[in-house]
Amino acid sequence: MEKQYETVIGLEVHVELATKTKIFCGCSTAFGGAPNTHTCPVCTGMPGSLPVLNKQVLEYAVAVGLATNCDITRYCKFDRKNYFYPDNPQNYQISQLYLPICRNGKVEIETEKGKKYVGIHEIHMEEDAGKLVHDEWNDCSLVDYNRSGVPLIEIVSEPDMRSAEEVIAYLEKLRMTIQYLGASDCKLQEGSMRADVNLSIREVGAEEFGTRTEMKNLNSFKAIARAIEGERERQIDLLESGEKVIQETRRWDDNKGESYAMRSKEDAQDYRYFPDPDLVPIEVDEAFLDRIRERQPEFREEKMARYKEEFDIPEYDIDIITGSKRMADLFEATVALGAQPKKVSNWLMVETLRLLKENDMEPEDIRFSPEHLAALIAMADKKEINSSVAKEVFEEIFKNDVDPAKYVEEKGLKTVNDEGALRKTVEEVIANNPQSVQDYKSGKEKAIGFLVGQTMKAMKGKADPGMINKMLKELL
Amino acid sequence: MANIISDETIDYVGILAKLELSEEEKEQAKKDMGSMLDYIDKLSELDTEGVEPMSHVFHVSNVFREDVVTNGDDREAILKNAPEEKDGMFVVPRTFE
Repeated sequence: MEKQYETVIGLEVHVELATKTKIFCGCSTAFGGAPNTHTCPVCTGMPGSLPVLNKQVLEYAVAVGLATNCDITRYCKFDRKNYFYPDNPQNYQISQLYLPICRNGKVEIETEKGKKYVGIHEIHMEEDAGKLVHDEWNDCSLVDYNRSGVPLIEIVSEPDMRSAEEVIAYLEKLRMTIQYLGASDCKLQEGSMRADVNLSIREVGAEEFGTRTEMKNLNSFKAIARAIEGERERQIDLLESGEKVIQETRRWDDNKGESYAMRSKEDAQDYRYFPDPDLVPIEVDEAFLDRIRERQPEFREEKMARYKEEFDIPEYDIDIITGSKRMADLFEATVALGAQPKKVSNWLMVETLRLLKENDMEPEDIRFSPEHLAALIAMADKKEINSSVAKEVFEEIFKNDVDPAKYVEEKGLKTVNDEGALRKTVEEVIANNPQSVQDYKSGKEKAIGFLVGQTMKAMKGKADPGMINKMLKELL
Repeated sequence: MANIISDETIDYVGILAKLELSEEEKEQAKKDMGSMLDYIDKLSELDTEGVEPMSHVFHVSNVFREDVVTNGDDREAILKNAPEEKDGMFVVPRTFE
């Protein structure tokens, strides 16, 4: 009988925190600055420079720890992780090994197989490295230290996951929690969330873990799922052919759908950690924890439950809307301005999602204000604009956050409610389209649609189709 | 000398420190390292049972900065530390993973 294997997966997730400044210096973390314009002696590792911890980093790390049911370490320190690589100007990374800020957490995930907990071994704070650009032409590398010292938290899970579905569910859960906290935007593509997959296989029923490999360079959920499947197959093939899995770091090439062993940052993985003498210990007291606890937001599950109670909208809508903090905030703010929940939900579910997809954007990138959406809904309710004009205006709101009242005024898009003018146009359309009139009269109900369209065209789109319909029926 | 450093150890430390040592330098390094370890061994003579390892001399904790940008663009000054610069970046020997 063929052997049955179980996949055992643990994750190391790096999350770039949404602070304004770096973890140990007052340099900006803004993305996209010209190379090395956000650097100083601290983040370029100059001798004699002194790092000082950004308080916001600690607050975010503790908030994430509390949200993932961790114990918060009351006496916590930073350590130096030593390795030589040009993206690391100090020749050590300031990280936490001995006393990480959060330990022993867990989060609940849900897949088709049901609910389960994934344990969190620890969360620690550390600094990011610089960026290397390889200059093929001149056979050298160029270093930009703008990212050096950008704050990260590394969330290390227990080896509790058994499939790609569970991994994705776990990552979604972390992402949602962290986005709700505002601690990071967690974008895999842009690298503000990075996941390394530790994977081993063992025969079903075995107690001992197999030898694991670590997979890097996974920048989408799809790549993660493919890499897990690929690595599982590779390890099974090795074992089946009597070979051994070697503990190593591998790099996933998503285009080729295969991984290869990486030349490690140094030949020996010996980081010689020791306490960083430049940074003083952190003592977390109850008052500090209470302050963070008070500030914790309503998380997704709580929000979903409340929406079900409060708003008469489908569960599917609730799922999509609460799937993004940005979207949920926008929804609530627009409803608070007096718009009907179902209508707000419709604008988000249909037009907003369509425009996001067309522009290859994520919900977190939405820029328009609830005031403008609420104003648009109010104008449509009062029939000041018809539905196709509303869609056109919404595109402008989505793109440029225009004030709908002003925009409609400027572009002259207001529905003409002048019955006399409308009647005149309808009469003209009837006179000019005898064939359609004939069709309608002989029972072809659909012919009226053409006449409505012609009237709308003559009115340059600025009429209420319901009113045209009514008037046509009256006149015919 | 109580601590004898093996060739393997010196090679390993050389790899970690990214140093290429000549045979002569290796012998010297072995001697230096051995005597340094002998010196450190003195500390082991003390009874440290129940003593917490110390990482700071003074009892200071919770020194923070607020999350406010205080540094401007100081690239020109920073790049003066570069052995060579190009396009506003530090030039280093070709390095890849």
